Amino acid sequence: MSKTHVKFKLNGAAAEGMCEPRTLLVHFIRENLSITGTHIGCETTHCGACTVDLNGKSVKSCTLLAVQAQGADVVTIEGMANADGTLGALQEGFRQMHGLQCGYCTPGMIVRAHRLLKENPKPTDEEIRFGIAGNLCRCTGYQNIVKAIQHAAAKLRGEEYLEAAE
Amino acid sequence: MNDMSPNKAEREAKLEGMGCRRKRVEDVRFTQGKGNFVDDIKLPGMLFGDFVRSPYAHARIKGINIKKAMKVPGVLAVLTATELKGVNLAWMPTLAGDVQMVLADGKVLFQNQEVAFVVATDRYAAADGVEAVEVDYEALPVLVDPFKAMDKNAPVLREDLKGKTSGAHGPRKHHNHIFEWTMGDKDLTEAAFRKADVTIKELISYHRTHPSPLETCQSVASFDKIKGELTVWGTFQAPHVIRTVASLISTIPEHKIHVISPDVGGGFGNKVGAYPGYICSIVASIVTGKPVKWVEDRIENLTATSFARDYHMTAEIAATKDGKVQALRVHVLADHGAFDACADPSKWPAGFFNIVTGSYDFPVAHCAVDGVYTNKAPGGVAYRCSFRVTEAAYCIERAMDILAKKLNMDPAELRLKNFIRRDQFPYQSALGWEYDSGDYHTAMKQGMEKIGYPALREEQKRKQADFKAGKTRDIMGIGVSFFTEIVGAGPSKNCDILGIAMFDSCEIRIHPTGSAIARVGTKSTGQAHETTWAQIIATEIGIPSADIMVEEGNTDTAPYGLGTYGSRSTPVAGAAIAMAARKIKAKAQMIAAYMLEVHEGDLQFDIDGFRVKGLPEKFKSMKEIAWAAYHSVPPGMEPGLEAVSYYDPPNMTYPFGAYFCVMDIDVDTGVYKIRRFYALDDCGTRINPMVIEGQVHGGLTEAFAIAMGQEIRYDAGGNVLTGSFMDFFIPTAVETPVWETDHTVTPSPHHPIGAKGVGESPNVGGVPAFSNAVNDAFGFLGATHIQMPHDYWRNWEAAKSLGLIK
Amino acid sequence: MIPGTFEYHRPKSVAEAAKLLRKSKDGRVLAGGHSLLPMMKLRMTEPSALIDLGAIAALRGIKKTGTKLVIGAMTTQHELLASALVAKNLPILHETAILIADPQVRYVGTIGGNVANGDPGNDMPAVMMALDATYKIAGPTKARVVKARAFYKGSYETALKAGEIVTAIEIPVPGKHGFAYEKLKRKVGDYATAAAAVLITLKAGKIAACAIALTNLAPTPLLAEAAAAALVGRAPDDAAISAAVAAARKIMDPANDTRGTPAYRKSVGGIYVERAIKRAIARAAG
Repeated sequence: MSKTHVKFKLNGAAAEGMCEPRTLLVHFIRENLSITGTHIGCETTHCGACTVDLNGKSVKSCTLLAVQAQGADVVTIEGMANADGTLGALQEGFRQMHGLQCGYCTPGMIVRAHRLLKENPKPTDEEIRFGIAGNLCRCTGYQNIVKAIQHAAAKLRGEEYLEAAE
Repeated sequence: MNDMSPNKAEREAKLEGMGCRRKRVEDVRFTQGKGNFVDDIKLPGMLFGDFVRSPYAHARIKGINIKKAMKVPGVLAVLTATELKGVNLAWMPTLAGDVQMVLADGKVLFQNQEVAFVVATDRYAAADGVEAVEVDYEALPVLVDPFKAMDKNAPVLREDLKGKTSGAHGPRKHHNHIFEWTMGDKDLTEAAFRKADVTIKELISYHRTHPSPLETCQSVASFDKIKGELTVWGTFQAPHVIRTVASLISTIPEHKIHVISPDVGGGFGNKVGAYPGYICSIVASIVTGKPVKWVEDRIENLTATSFARDYHMTAEIAATKDGKVQALRVHVLADHGAFDACADPSKWPAGFFNIVTGSYDFPVAHCAVDGVYTNKAPGGVAYRCSFRVTEAAYCIERAMDILAKKLNMDPAELRLKNFIRRDQFPYQSALGWEYDSGDYHTAMKQGMEKIGYPALREEQKRKQADFKAGKTRDIMGIGVSFFTEIVGAGPSKNCDILGIAMFDSCEIRIHPTGSAIARVGTKSTGQAHETTWAQIIATEIGIPSADIMVEEGNTDTAPYGLGTYGSRSTPVAGAAIAMAARKIKAKAQMIAAYMLEVHEGDLQFDIDGFRVKGLPEKFKSMKEIAWAAYHSVPPGMEPGLEAVSYYDPPNMTYPFGAYFCVMDIDVDTGVYKIRRFYALDDCGTRINPMVIEGQVHGGLTEAFAIAMGQEIRYDAGGNVLTGSFMDFFIPTAVETPVWETDHTVTPSPHHPIGAKGVGESPNVGGVPAFSNAVNDAFGFLGATHIQMPHDYWRNWEAAKSLGLIK
Repeated sequence: MIPGTFEYHRPKSVAEAAKLLRKSKDGRVLAGGHSLLPMMKLRMTEPSALIDLGAIAALRGIKKTGTKLVIGAMTTQHELLASALVAKNLPILHETAILIADPQVRYVGTIGGNVANGDPGNDMPAVMMALDATYKIAGPTKARVVKARAFYKGSYETALKAGEIVTAIEIPVPGKHGFAYEKLKRKVGDYATAAAAVLITLKAGKIAACAIALTNLAPTPLLAEAAAAALVGRAPDDAAISAAVAAARKIMDPANDTRGTPAYRKSVGGIYVERAIKRAIARAAG
């Protein structure tokens, strides 16, 4: 099968490679570009471990073709840190609130939460739960993930989040 | 440091030792996508392997044609049982003393069984190759129902066992029988039943489910022909055991095998066993001379590796009319699938199921377990529980509720009446365990008070009256569960895996500048060992957690350990860590005495160093002592400051807890709402409360899923109906309840730091709490026992069978 | 789970897409792809070509023309949820879209894909039947229209012929009405165990008009005409509602799957019809 040239912006920098049309975006990012923070959990769009941000939308990269991302603006977990390399608000929130255990769902979870907070900077706990329902976590029971996202939301609003991790 | 300027509290805080809600060190890499999981590994020339799997649950293989597959661009090799026989690996030993096909040898015994392994340049070519392999099957009669396994005319599943009247665990009664395992005193138990005022008997089934960590099972094998060395990266909860097994079955010397568990994306028991994928990646690497990666997809994970449970338990209790239990009798029909690949300590074919007397003072008991083969995936593993402990806890906690109902007693009151009392510990159970410690009454009463138990029962009475009056179609259930676990396998006197005693180990090296590295024989799959192990050392020897690096998972560098499962890390490795630290502390004390020119006995340990008794200004910090260890040790002493401990625990530990679930069910739709869930855990000494609470949240969420709908379900033809995350119930944040956590602390008397382990308690105790809530809700309408899982449609079926649906 | 090989095209116009589809032997159009790609990954379908509609601007957008709302087939569920036009004119689409799959899928999943692929588990087809929507279809020769109510023939079988593409959905905007989409599902991301769409208009205390449609209670979405007829002309009381529920139950023929037995799904299907009717009535009166 002939290969196609795919080029898009990844975490602010140009990224390109040759791939078959059937190459899934998640494999293109992980295998062709060797950017491995994005994970694969279920392959049937239920778990969200492969979530990346594509043109301002959270998408499951296991169910998109790399060719569909042609010319797009793609952001992965590797693009979530602050410009100075320190942990971004969500990354810090997850650490402070014990929002992760094995760490496998975390990249997808953070990338999804990033878009959620862009669209809703002051969510209720219920809105967070609904907003991350496309991401499965097997370890945390979500309770501290909700707190982690609230922690980040508060920080991004310039407020202090006072509740402790459970 | 010699002066007293920072106060005690500040010095202690700086250590971030035991009891501290220390933030996790792992998170820095995981939150940035810099974890290193197996599928992230990329080696030069690496190939990819993928399985051809059987669509049939039971069929004879009449032929495998690989010609078309070999023509697929990128495909380099196709392994079948024939090739594996050449290296004597068509079959492999299981942990349970059975053998298992690596690739189908003559027939297939469960749907999605591994038939051939296609090796190609990448995963796309491998998948194309899998499509192109042609297998000629002849369908055979399928056996799905374990209750029919020992029928006279049941199909013969394991032709390889023909004529074998005994297996690894004694005599076999039938061609589909694996073992019978009994514990307790049968005669005394029968006698107690004969004279009992009240008895109950119920079939309590714990359905088949699956641990399903978010990362599936995977491996990368790289065989270096020149050096004769094999390196395997894999999703292993027990890397050292994998190395030994790999050496035993491959004949590669153990020192030439390097097994590495990098970051592992959750385990929950799924990653204890050895799977055909691991073996095939190794063989393929040997055959091709190149590294070979194998990554299971989710369907393969759910349908082929490591199911859990599938225990069908007939429980009987004998009691006095005022509710004092007199005897327990349990028979279990255990469905192990096509091969007995149960991940238990070798002498324990039914795990520690004999913890089934639970938290109660049963004078006598007897249990018998019959294991049988069916045309289902092999297993089973301990899904976030110590071996078969969750089945046992579910059995006794349901049975106690059934007894309470028969006696018309409150289930909490019945439990309080029968608990082993605090003054009875250490307690010898009727089925052979010595419970190390416990304070059940205190925990239960604290839980009842926090949840507001009497008020809930009052509310329930009102709701029941409303229901009977036709004012509502909602019923309210209060689920009570009080569990005792047995974890920390285990003492060498009764626990081994393939002959290796189930100790664990730690090696600590203090560097000259006072920082340290600790290597441990366990392997975290999310339990934060890099964070919490350092906390134990920090408290024990007084150097800050932040200055201690913890390393696990590399068999070349870590001391031999039996791995992480069965809540054994803290009880066994946690003890090894403390003991290694104490060896270092003892040497440090000698060095400090030399530095301070006093006798060792004149020193006392004070948070982060040694102080001369009575002369508080004379003090040497651990940092100073560490430097001295490499610079000016006492004459005759070896320089350096390091220690190794291999810890063989004298006993198991027995964490316990009181859980309460409040649930409302709409009988017309079967839709339930979890109103409250309160979990009190007593895991002894608490190393990091934040991590403990996180473990409890996660385990409760798994318990919720299992009790309320998560199952591996087969149709009559042996086809899996729940083979993807569409149908296999994993709740999202929306369905998951909010958890209330609490604790009491009853330290283990025999553990160096008093810790008992906690990771699995919420799964073990949670499932009965949910199930008891459902049964409690339906109880006043006449239900005695409703089988799990309690998903919407089954709740409706229960309502229907009680005549509640028009 | 890796799809087989195929040719990939990304046309800029509907005409070009139709031409490519005609040229390919067994090509498929790719909209959001969240139904098609999983099937391809399981190799349950292996089209030789994918014609990606993602670059065709004409297929996107929501506009009101006269008394109709026209929604481009490639409009995503997320865009529907963000649309003020939809909120004002067809709020039932909001109520439905928010119950579809999960946030990530709603960003990508399209209304055209949801209505056109014939999956009985999809939510929008029943709603479109209730709304009496019309699907605009481009074909190899000429464009045509098919009513939603005449579109669904069987599980994954529709009136769409080889080479045809649904380009837009035209929905008559009802006047003041009450509506509800009631869906029972096991969890976020699941298909309906049972779901019902109801639209009701009240006049002088009586039900003047009503449409009821059902999701995942038969191999196709169902328009429950007898159920609606049982309500029209009557006061919105319990007797009328019970008659409607009974009529709706009569036509249900749900599959036996992990969501429950047919008996359960019919029973609960009726309850969800009842809930939807009651909520629609309350809204119509409000």
